[in-house]
Amino acid sequence: MSYAVAAWIMVVGLYGVVTSRNLIHLIICLTVVQSSTYVVLLSVGYKTDGVPPVFYDVPPSPRAVDPVVQALTLTDIVVGTTVTALLLAVAVQAHKRFGTLDPEELRPLRG
Amino acid sequence: MTAAVRRAVFLVFGAGLLALLLWSFGGLPDLGHYVGPYGDLVNALTIPERHSTDAVTTVNFDVRGFDTLGEDAILFAAVVGVAVLLRVLRDEHERPRPEEDASGRRIENTSSAIRLLGAGLVGPTIVLGLYIVAHGQLTPGGGFQGGVILATALLLVFLSDQYITLRRVGPMALIEAAEGVGVAGFALIGVAGLIWGSSYMENFLPLGTTGTLLSAGTIPLNSVAVGVAVTGGFAFMLSEFLEQTLVVRRE
Amino acid sequence: MSVLQVAALLLVAVVGTATALTREPLRQAILSSLYGLVLGILFFVFQAPDVALSQTAVGAVALPLMILLALAKVRGGAR
Repeated sequence: MSYAVAAWIMVVGLYGVVTSRNLIHLIICLTVVQSSTYVVLLSVGYKTDGVPPVFYDVPPSPRAVDPVVQALTLTDIVVGTTVTALLLAVAVQAHKRFGTLDPEELRPLRG
Repeated sequence: MTAAVRRAVFLVFGAGLLALLLWSFGGLPDLGHYVGPYGDLVNALTIPERHSTDAVTTVNFDVRGFDTLGEDAILFAAVVGVAVLLRVLRDEHERPRPEEDASGRRIENTSSAIRLLGAGLVGPTIVLGLYIVAHGQLTPGGGFQGGVILATALLLVFLSDQYITLRRVGPMALIEAAEGVGVAGFALIGVAGLIWGSSYMENFLPLGTTGTLLSAGTIPLNSVAVGVAVTGGFAFMLSEFLEQTLVVRRE
Repeated sequence: MSVLQVAALLLVAVVGTATALTREPLRQAILSSLYGLVLGILFFVFQAPDVALSQTAVGAVALPLMILLALAKVRGGAR
């Protein structure tokens, strides 16, 4: 069922990107699409009645969930935010230069 | 193509994409029946082989340390991109005025409650961030999480007083240096593994006792390097955005 | 799956849909902060404390802050 939720979130986020009239709205919808991949990754590594893969005061148990996908997801969250900040800087500069944030009006000039 | 046509086309193909995704996810093992051997191997071997009790941090900085080096490079490139994009252009200049922001609107005085809370919480936030960075190999945490928490401490300083003060007394040069030092440090610890061990990023330091602060060889060093890099990166980006909003004016 | 996990998944789906379908960027920034928090709860219920720490710190604080600052810069120039 979590896979269904992840697929739904990805498609809804893509719908927001495609029908967007504002660059900042587009960037936030991109972060929603990214988060669907985190849900898929974590669902792959989950075990029923699992425990976290941290063994500080409990002995290592075979019920611990997969730590590799968790490591991938947590670095991706932090680094994905810096890339989103880069996109926001692009949007701010585009507004300064062209005066508009509408993707329709920001097409390259023709002719 | 008009907006209505685009929406109709997307609804058709979006439904197709959704069906394809659900069909492909149906081929995966059911939720909860984890199959692969790699995760179980790491869980079983993280204490005997590396004397570290947090398997996720071991994977991040030792077992898959090379992937973390790549992610660090992405972080560095994004921060450099923000610095280049938000630089002061030829027709702009920086003139900080305490009562107005960059577009001439008046800034209201922050309420005393926010200023008190901000000033009071800076210390505990810094201690919490340092604790999470240092205990990466013992409890959930590590360089990435602690670095973000330390960067929010800078935001609290901004909340507790005006940005003009922060600009004058804040460690801006230190933040810019910290980012480069953190990323370079992570790469150089790997090179040290090449010099004193037998391969790049080998865990060559003594492993220590499980459960103490100085265990697991190079993992706490890598965690600190990444913490410094993430703190510097986030604090630098936040300060760039603040400068653009409050200080940089176009004349 | 336990009731808590099903509830967290449904909450993520609802808040995610609301975040993508809101048009005005200012309202969307607040919604994205709520979405970050709800995702953090989902990761915690799926036995991933590291990921939940990272997501809560980033998605509830750092990301909405940068969105709001970009909006303030853009709105100011429009006057």
